Amino acid sequence: MTAEATEKARIGAPSIAGFTEEGEQLVSSKVDHKHNDGTTVMASRAERLTSQNVADFKLPDGREEEWRFTPVRELVPLLTDGANDDDALRTVVEAPEGFQAAPLAIGQAPRATTLVPADRAAAVASANAPEALHVVVPAGAQPEEPVRVVLSGQGAGKRSNSHIVLEAGAGSKSVVIIEHEGSANHNGNVEIFVGEAAELTVVSVQLWEDDAIHLAQHDALVAKEGVYKHIAVTLGGKIVRLNSNVRFSGEQAEAELLGLYFADAGQHLEHRSFVDHNVPNCTSNVLYKGALQGAGAHTVWVGDCLIQKQAVGTDSYEKNQNLVLTDGCRADSVPNLEIETGLIAGAGHASSTGRFDDEHLFYLMARGIPEDVARRLVVRGFLNEIVQKIKVPALEERLTEAIESELTAGEN
Amino acid sequence: MSTLEIKDLHVSIETEQGEKEILKGVSLVIKTGETHAIMGPNGSGKSTLASTIAGHPRYTVTSGSITLDGEDVLEMSVDERARAGLFLAMQYPVEVPGVTMTNFLRTAKTAIDGEAPALRTWTKDVKAAMDQLRIDADFAQRNVNEGFSGGEKKRVEILQLELFKPKFAVLDETDSGLDVDALKVVSEGVNRAHATGNMGTLLITHYTRILRYIKPEFVHVFVDGKVVEQGGPELADRLEDEGYDRYVAGAGSAAEPAAV
Repeated sequence: MTAEATEKARIGAPSIAGFTEEGEQLVSSKVDHKHNDGTTVMASRAERLTSQNVADFKLPDGREEEWRFTPVRELVPLLTDGANDDDALRTVVEAPEGFQAAPLAIGQAPRATTLVPADRAAAVASANAPEALHVVVPAGAQPEEPVRVVLSGQGAGKRSNSHIVLEAGAGSKSVVIIEHEGSANHNGNVEIFVGEAAELTVVSVQLWEDDAIHLAQHDALVAKEGVYKHIAVTLGGKIVRLNSNVRFSGEQAEAELLGLYFADAGQHLEHRSFVDHNVPNCTSNVLYKGALQGAGAHTVWVGDCLIQKQAVGTDSYEKNQNLVLTDGCRADSVPNLEIETGLIAGAGHASSTGRFDDEHLFYLMARGIPEDVARRLVVRGFLNEIVQKIKVPALEERLTEAIESELTAGEN
Repeated sequence: MSTLEIKDLHVSIETEQGEKEILKGVSLVIKTGETHAIMGPNGSGKSTLASTIAGHPRYTVTSGSITLDGEDVLEMSVDERARAGLFLAMQYPVEVPGVTMTNFLRTAKTAIDGEAPALRTWTKDVKAAMDQLRIDADFAQRNVNEGFSGGEKKRVEILQLELFKPKFAVLDETDSGLDVDALKVVSEGVNRAHATGNMGTLLITHYTRILRYIKPEFVHVFVDGKVVEQGGPELADRLEDEGYDRYVAGAGSAAEPAAV
C-alpha cells in the first residue's frame, strides 16, 4: 500500500482512484463507453481526431458521436474531396487600407497553425482552398468601422471551399463581420489569432437562402490578456453546422462564444462550441440561444468545455436556451463539461428548452396585447440578449429586422 | 358608470369522457363601484366563470350572454376584452420567458390605452405602485413571473390591476396561498383601485378570510355551477361559521370534483 492509501485506511476514508482529499487531481475516465444507439463516446474531448488529411476522416454515416444529430446523407456532396465549382462564391472585403494581406497558400504559416480540421468537412475545405483570405489588424489599431467580409453563394448546389485567416495584432481592438448569403454548398474554415491584449469580436452571420448548406469550423487561439468574442448568428440556410472552438496561448485571456439561431420549418441549424482551457487563469463564457418554429425545424447545440489539468484558476460557464414556438420542432442540447483539476474559480453549465404555449399567449392577450405582438414580444425579448452583445448598431438593426421577418414568415 | 351583465350562462369543457357542463345557468349584474364576492366549494365552477369572462379558449359558452355596457363580450377576442376594460387577476399566473416586467407592463398599458404612456410619469407610477405593494425594484428587470414565489405572483397581478385601471376586475382566488402579511398588502391594493370609484370588483374565493380586508356589498354562493344563495355581507359571516356543507348536501353531484 502507498502511504496515502495507508493513511486513508487508517482514518476510514473511502478510496477513489485519482481522487485526493483536496480534489486537485481529478482525472477523466479512460474507459470508453457506448450510447444506446451504438455510437461510440471517446473518453475525452481532447482525444478527437484532428488532421489535415481528408483520407484520415471516413465519410460519416451518422452513428459517430460528432455527427449523430446531423442529416449526414444530405452532406455527401460537401464531404466529398473536390475542388470548387467555377464562380461558386464571391468574396467582397471591406477593410481599412493595408488590412488585407496577400493570400496564404496551403501550408503557408500562420495558416493551419491553429486550425487543424476536426472533421471531414473542415479537412475538405482546407485541402481545397488554395488561397486563404488573410486579414491582419495591425498591432495597436482600433478601426472605427468593423471589417466586413461578405461571402455570396452563386447558386444552389454549387460547391465552394474557403479558408479565412484573421489576425488581431497585439493591443488592437476590432470587429470582423463575416456575412454569408445566397445559395451554395459551402465548406468554410475560419482561423483566428488574437494577439496579446488584443480585443477581437468575430461575428459570423448566416443569412443564406433556404437551399444553402454550410459546414464550418472556426478556431481561435487567444494570447495572453487577449479578449475574444465569437458570435454565430444563424437565420438562413437549409443545413448549417458551425463549430466554434477556442484555446489559449497565454494567461489572463478571455473568450466568449455566443450564438443566436432561429430555425423555421425544414431547417437544420447546428452549433457546436469547444472551449479548451489548456492554460491557467483564463475565463470563458458560452451562451447560445435559439428559437424554433414550424414542422421539422431542428436545432442542435453541443457545448464542450475541457479544463485541462494544468489550467488552474479557470473560470468557465456555458449555457444553451431554446424557445419552441410551435409543435413539430426538435431542439437537441448537450452541454459537456470535463474538469481535470479542482483548483478552479468556477465551472458551470446549463441548458433549458421552453415552450411558448397557449397559456403564455392567453396571459399576454388577457392584458390587452394582440396575438402577433405577444409572439414577437416573447421571441424578440428572448433573442435580444445576444443581439445586444454584438455592439455594432447597424448590424444589430439588420438582425432585429431579419428576426422580425422570420416571425412574420411563421405567421403566414 | 358601467355594467357587466351575465345572463343565464352555460359553459362546458371538453374532457376525455366528452363534453362536460360546468356552469349551468349563471346570472349576475355588477356595476361600477360595487364589490361582489363569489364563494363556493372547490369544483363549483367559480374559476370557470372567471376564465370564461376573460375568454380562455378552454371554455365553451353553450348558451347565455355576457355584456359590458350592452356590448357582447363573447364576440370579443381575449385581448379585445382586456382593452374593453375587463381584467382577470389569475389564480396561477404563468411565467413568460424572454419578456421583462418593464417591457410587458409598458406594452400592455399601450395596448389598453391605445397610446404609449408618457415615459416620465409612467416610470414614476410603476415605481410608486411597486413600492406600495412591496415589490422589490429589481423585479422590473426580471422576466414576467419567472422565478417569482406564489405570493410575489399575486402581488404582481394586483400591480397590473392598479396600473391598467380596468372597469371590472375579476380576482380569481387571489387570496389562495398568501400569508397574512401578503394578504393585507394585496387587499390594500384592491381597495386602492376600488376607492377610485371607477371599478367594479368580482372577488372569487373559497375562504372568508380575505373578506376581513375587502368588504363586499353582495355575496353569491356558488354550488354545482349555479348561484344557490345571494345576500349581503352577513351571508359571508354565516359561511364562516357553517361552511358549505348545507348547500353541498342538497346539491347532490356538487360533491363530485370538477375541473375548475
